[in-house]
Parts: sequence; C-alpha cells; structure tokens
Amino acid sequence: MSNAGRRPRLWIPLSLAGILLIALGAARGEVDTVFRKAIMICLECIGIG
Amino acid sequence: MVNASKQRIRGRGLIQLLFAALTNSFVTGFAAGKIYQGDLKRLCHPGLNCYSCPGAVLSCPIGALQAVIGSRAFNLSLYLMGFLLLVGATLGRFVCGFLCPFGMIQEWLYKIPFPWKRNRFRADTALRYLKYVMLVVLVIALPMLLVNDAGAGSPTFCKYVCPAGTLEGAVPLVLLSGAAKAPGDALPAGPLQPQALPGLPAGPPLLQGAAVLPGLEAQPVYQTGALFTWKMAVMALVILLSVVNYRPFCKYLCPLGAIYGLLNPVALYRLRMEESLCIHCGRCRKACLMCLDPEHRQNQPECVRCGDCVNACPTGALTMGFGDKRRTDETAGAASPARQTRG
Ligand code: SF4
Ligand code: SF4
Repeated sequence: MSNAGRRPRLWIPLSLAGILLIALGAARGEVDTVFRKAIMICLECIGIG
Repeated sequence: MVNASKQRIRGRGLIQLLFAALTNSFVTGFAAGKIYQGDLKRLCHPGLNCYSCPGAVLSCPIGALQAVIGSRAFNLSLYLMGFLLLVGATLGRFVCGFLCPFGMIQEWLYKIPFPWKRNRFRADTALRYLKYVMLVVLVIALPMLLVNDAGAGSPTFCKYVCPAGTLEGAVPLVLLSGAAKAPGDALPAGPLQPQALPGLPAGPPLLQGAAVLPGLEAQPVYQTGALFTWKMAVMALVILLSVVNYRPFCKYLCPLGAIYGLLNPVALYRLRMEESLCIHCGRCRKACLMCLDPEHRQNQPECVRCGDCVNACPTGALTMGFGDKRRTDETAGAASPARQTRG
C-alpha cells in the first residue's frame, strides 16, 4: 500500500500564510531594512568588527 | 496497479554547483573585495549563503532575520517568517540537499578520503536538538532582547557561530584586502574602502563596525582580534568535522535547517514509499548518510532529500518528488528537478 494520501495538504494553507506574511512585511518596510543591512559589509557579522 | 519504474536521482551535484555559482555570480566582488549592492539583495537565498560574501547577489535569510529582529523599527520579521514558511512548506529540506552552498561545501569535504568516517555515535541524536537552541536563542531571543542604548540588537548567530559567514565573507574579504591587521592598524588604501551607495549620502564608512582612526576618517580599520580568532576556530572545527562526519553543521547547528526541518513532514516536495514494493532489504537505511530509516519514516525533519535512499532501493518502492502521488510512466520526467530513469 502506498503512503500517499494519508496527510492533509498542509503545505497549501502554510504557503498561503507565507505569501500573506511576505506581503505584510513588505508593506511595513521590512524589505528596506533587509536591503540596508545586506548591501553593507557587516564586519560584526563576519567577525572582523 | 502499482507502477514499478525505478527512480534515479541524478545531477544533484551539478544542480548544487550551478545554483551556488548563480547566486554568487557577482564576479566583480571577488576581483575588487567589494560586495554586491543591487536590488536583488532585497530578496533572500533559500539556503545559508552569507550576504557579505563578495559574490552573493541575494541576502542570507538567517542574517536578514536577525537584522530585522534586531532593528529599532521591528521586533519580529513578517517578511522573513513568510519567506521561510513559503520555502519550507513547498520545498522543505530539498533546499539543503540541492540549493544550499554551505551544505554542498560540507559534502565536498566529506568526500575527502579519511580512514575514520563516523556518522553513528551515541550523542548524535541529542546533539541534533542543538540547532533548535541556535534558532530560538541566538537567532531570535538574543537579537530581540540584548539591545544597545540606541535600541539595536546584535546578529548573535552570525557574530559568534556562523562558519558560512567566516568562510564565504570574512576569509575572502580579508584575503582580498590584505587587511588582516593587528588591532589599531589602519587599513591601507585598497579595495575594502567605503563604497558609494545609490540613494544614500556619502560620508560615514559603510563597513559597519569598523573603527575609524582620527585623521583617517575615510579609511575604516579592520581588527582581527579575539572575535575573529573565535570565528576562525569555529570554522576550522566545522571543516575538520565535515571530513569525518556527513554535514555536521546541518545536523547539529544550522538554524535554517531547523526551520525547514520542522516543515519537512508537511512539505510539498517529499519522499514516498510504496509499501507493496518494499522487500525490507534495508539498503535505503544503509545508504542514508544522515542516519535515517526511510523505510519506516520518509518525511522526518532530518531528511535533506539527497535521494541516496531512492537510488539504493532495488525495487522502486521509494520515490521522491512533488506531492504524494508516485509518477507513472506517462508523467515521468515532467515534474521533478532531478532526472528520472528506468532502472
Ligand atoms: S542545514 Fe543549513 S547549512 Fe545545511 S544545507 Fe540546510 S540550510 Fe544549508
Ligand atoms: S532519508 Fe533518503 S533522501 Fe533523506 S537524507 Fe536519508 S538518504 Fe537522503
């Protein structure tokens, strides 16, 4: 017997929740925070600071 | 009727290499000791890939998560939580097996011949919980709670642990700049100078954390003190362990692997078992370098979807792909990123 079909397709609501959270985070300006951090060499992060 | 075509997972090493090359394709960065500053950095890499790597064109999700949590404006990151939820719910730890550059590096190290390879030992299971501690304490709690006077937290996991940051960021930057200086030495004019940023005023050095000597305002000073020594020691330990143990960082320390692992049991990309085809030969269990038992549990948090068990299965009982359904001959070759052939 196959193990297929024994679990609800949880990946669907989880993915939709993920998309919603991405949109909410972007709307409140988190992407800019990520961008500002990522375009600088973070010496503290890599242990040279 | 059950289709008994045997699946073969092929080309994984090539996919790993191509994805690592593509997402670290800012060649100028390697040549000049700079990092990429374009718009793609608003997006995250699905795997662990330091955004201070000279070649990186995407952000590291774990670095970005700490950056947002530790920022003055936010305590939680909806953007990163959403990204990790979406990637984890669709791909799970397929990311680890196919897309993560640091996972690939550890696999290369494990291929180095060594007489004493050791994956099964008593503390192995307990040690695997350490990555959840890394996630909760170093990635979430400390950046959120340990803040300076200005209200900003520190990226604790990156700062004290992440060997990917040391290997992909610190080492190339230090080598490229020749900037491994004793504390207090000024960095000579060279490639690691403040870089002009689009849309931001020129002025203070953009190399965060750099001290500036009086009279040398334009020249950040790089200090390779105790923290650098500690990070190099952690990196060396992970490199050495990777020769004797398969993916030790992934098993024991990686907070990203912890997140994807929690989502692995429900992820769309999954291992499937056709029990009527299984002859209980145990070859899948022997083939698994993560020390799992795919005959009895296919979608546990530790499975990095390498496909070794699928390739080892002599009857085609184990398959891997999107969704629960086995592929039939008619659909073979249409859905999976790995090739499927008749065995
Ligand atoms: S566990 Fe972490 S380092 Fe290992 S492959 Fe997965 S994301 Fe990469
Ligand atoms: S269970 Fe199979 S796919 Fe998962 S890590 Fe082990 S060998 Fe790889």
